[in-house]
Amino acid sequence: MLDSLALAVSVPLIGALLVTAVPGRVQGLGLLAALATLATVGLVTAEVWQQGSLRSDLGGWGAPLGISLAADGLSAALLAMAALVALAVSVYASGYFSRGETETHFWPLWLLLWAALNGLLLAADLFNLYVTLELLGLTAAALGALTGTRAAVEASLRYLLVGLLGSLAYLLGVALLYTAYGTLDMALLGAAVRPEPIAGSALVLMTAGLALKAALFPMHFWLPPAHANAPAPVSAALSALVVKAAFYLMLRLWLDVFAPLVTPWAAGLMGLLGALAVFWGSWRALRAERLKLMAAYSTVAQIGYLCLFLPVLTALPAGDAREDLLVALLLMALTHGFAKAGLFLAAGLVQRSAGHDRIDDLGGTAQHMPATTFSIGLAGIALIGLPPSGSFVGKWILMRSVIESGQWWWIPVILVGTLLAAAYVFRVLSRAFNLEPTPRRFVTQARTEVPALLLALTSAAVLGLAARPLWRLLGFEGGL
Amino acid sequence: MMTSLLYGGAGVILFALGLWAFLVYEPLLRKLIALNIMGSGVFHLLIAIAERGALAPDPVPHAMVLTGIVVAVSATALALAMGRRLEDDDDAR
Amino acid sequence: MRRAGTLVIGALVGLLALWLLWVLRDVLVPTPRLAELALQELPNTGVSNPVTGVLLAYRAYDTLLELAVLLAALLGIWSLGAASPGFQPAGTVLRGMVKLVVPLLILTGGYLLWVGGHAPGGAFQAGALLGAAGVVLRLAGDARAGLPPVPVQRRLAVAGAATFVLVGLATMAFGTGFLSYPPAWAKWLILTIETAATLAIGVTLAAAYVGGQPVPRSGEDGPL
Repeated sequence: MLDSLALAVSVPLIGALLVTAVPGRVQGLGLLAALATLATVGLVTAEVWQQGSLRSDLGGWGAPLGISLAADGLSAALLAMAALVALAVSVYASGYFSRGETETHFWPLWLLLWAALNGLLLAADLFNLYVTLELLGLTAAALGALTGTRAAVEASLRYLLVGLLGSLAYLLGVALLYTAYGTLDMALLGAAVRPEPIAGSALVLMTAGLALKAALFPMHFWLPPAHANAPAPVSAALSALVVKAAFYLMLRLWLDVFAPLVTPWAAGLMGLLGALAVFWGSWRALRAERLKLMAAYSTVAQIGYLCLFLPVLTALPAGDAREDLLVALLLMALTHGFAKAGLFLAAGLVQRSAGHDRIDDLGGTAQHMPATTFSIGLAGIALIGLPPSGSFVGKWILMRSVIESGQWWWIPVILVGTLLAAAYVFRVLSRAFNLEPTPRRFVTQARTEVPALLLALTSAAVLGLAARPLWRLLGFEGGL
Repeated sequence: MMTSLLYGGAGVILFALGLWAFLVYEPLLRKLIALNIMGSGVFHLLIAIAERGALAPDPVPHAMVLTGIVVAVSATALALAMGRRLEDDDDAR
Repeated sequence: MRRAGTLVIGALVGLLALWLLWVLRDVLVPTPRLAELALQELPNTGVSNPVTGVLLAYRAYDTLLELAVLLAALLGIWSLGAASPGFQPAGTVLRGMVKLVVPLLILTGGYLLWVGGHAPGGAFQAGALLGAAGVVLRLAGDARAGLPPVPVQRRLAVAGAATFVLVGLATMAFGTGFLSYPPAWAKWLILTIETAATLAIGVTLAAAYVGGQPVPRSGEDGPL
């Protein structure tokens, strides 16, 4: 009996244990574990594709007493995105870290982070989610400090503390829910929750904790320094995957567990915070002096976009329009995951080649690396939301739904955010495309440049043109 | 009944005290102690839940507290190690 | 200004506490809970201590991930650089006490590990005692806290999670499902997992206390 859900968590975990125990061969074993993890995730996605949803009772105890793992279209799609991004990051890291100390430290923590990510996306139990959140937070903070500079350690320490605060708020919410309903299983809770003060308090505490971890405005202050000072492959994973995992959990709580409690006002507040995040994040990205800092602030803005979907989702009745909007939300999240990972990986190469990543002094540097510059451009297309990218489709459907649900006031937010994104992307590109002789060679180090390029290409061209399977994966009829 | 309210209420108050100290005080050590006090508050509440009425105590919250303690120890250890690293940097300068 | 901020935060946090107390005022009566189900299924877990039953049977997966959290903390600490030199060798009195206390801690740890099956105790309590033995040794001047050389430390630190996940995969391969112990084996599988976990927790806690990877490339012993 092959339990693909349990495998998707245990394979990266075994990989992490192996590379810890045998530090002499981290790179080979690590890459092998990455490939094996991708295979298990492929298995999960294929099974979800065929069966719609999966559930596995670990230990055979079943829902209220034991812990279950579950997957549906939403988690499978994010799982697959995470696996592809993580594989690219792994290949990149194998070329980026020179053999030695850092590499020995990177691989075990990285594979543990991947296991935590898969565990979080597949969890069906609120307390189990707390443990995965902590595993994710600890590994992410430790990885962020790997550069060893003072700024990196300081930022990671703050990240760790903020993450702990968020986890404790979440845990208090879980305790309240167990007090009131006597179960920790998300499906059972979803059926039991009634609109009453204790459930409302739990929702507020858990949302606040997760918003802190997802860096939702105004709780984003820890993100830019932490993401900008981490080693490039780590920044890519933190920005593309870790932040999104917290948002995914928030979405699950709002849409599945606490659905009867969510009022238009509460959802509107989340939308408002999202709108402020779009403005503030994009503005700071435009003013950022360093490429990686720009990418980090852009993440703040992108999380804002995802929150904009909440009020509209709450307002729309079940039906085609709502299903389209859910796909759009997923599409935005996936596109941003690929694009931001590609951008950070490319930025790491620029930084390494130039010795710095000050945007104003990038002239020529980037042009010596045509493939990398191209990656930045492609990722930029996806961040702005220009046509073939997935975020173009996502924003399009969002605007349509905003009008359908009569909440027109979100439209200026989307437009201004898009314009600001165009401004900060073109600001980098205009520096990179200075007049310099064109180099002969397109790719200089395949191991690091190709993963970045592929990620950016996926975000800019593949997702938007091939979005249709997402409807099918989520079990919906429609499509574009 | 009264006991569990007392114990659970103490947990809530510990959580709030810890939260306040975390937000107000700057030094790392105080923040870490504050976080641990918040954690203890949640554990108090869980133990109070386990001990409701005259029934046998509920082992599930007990197990959650044990798991939570190990997680809190791990996180505190990592944070302390980072803090020590920063201090070493200061000394080296 | 700062004082005003402190007051505002204090007032807000106080309001939160009052609200939560009000919310909790009448739910702390016997309401739905898992205790009855947990106690009723206990004979099927292979242990008779309900808390161990929850930790290693019903919610074993949580415990597996928790061992991973512990490992992550240690890996993070190791990545931050070398350990500090440690303390002066202890004087006669302290040394005499350490000689007495450390074996006692290890013995008590072993007892707690065994007793966890039917009474309060278990891998975490036992592991904590082993860790404490390491702390005492380091305080008494042993820079390596009584731990074996680094490669062995690494293997011991992953032993708990590795045993756990391998048992899970083995039960999956034999067709009962991930971490579903066959009833006849349950007791011994749990004991095996707990033993490995105790060692791993003890080593991890002691190594975390040492703080930093003792990588004496040249010397044979830890930095003293």
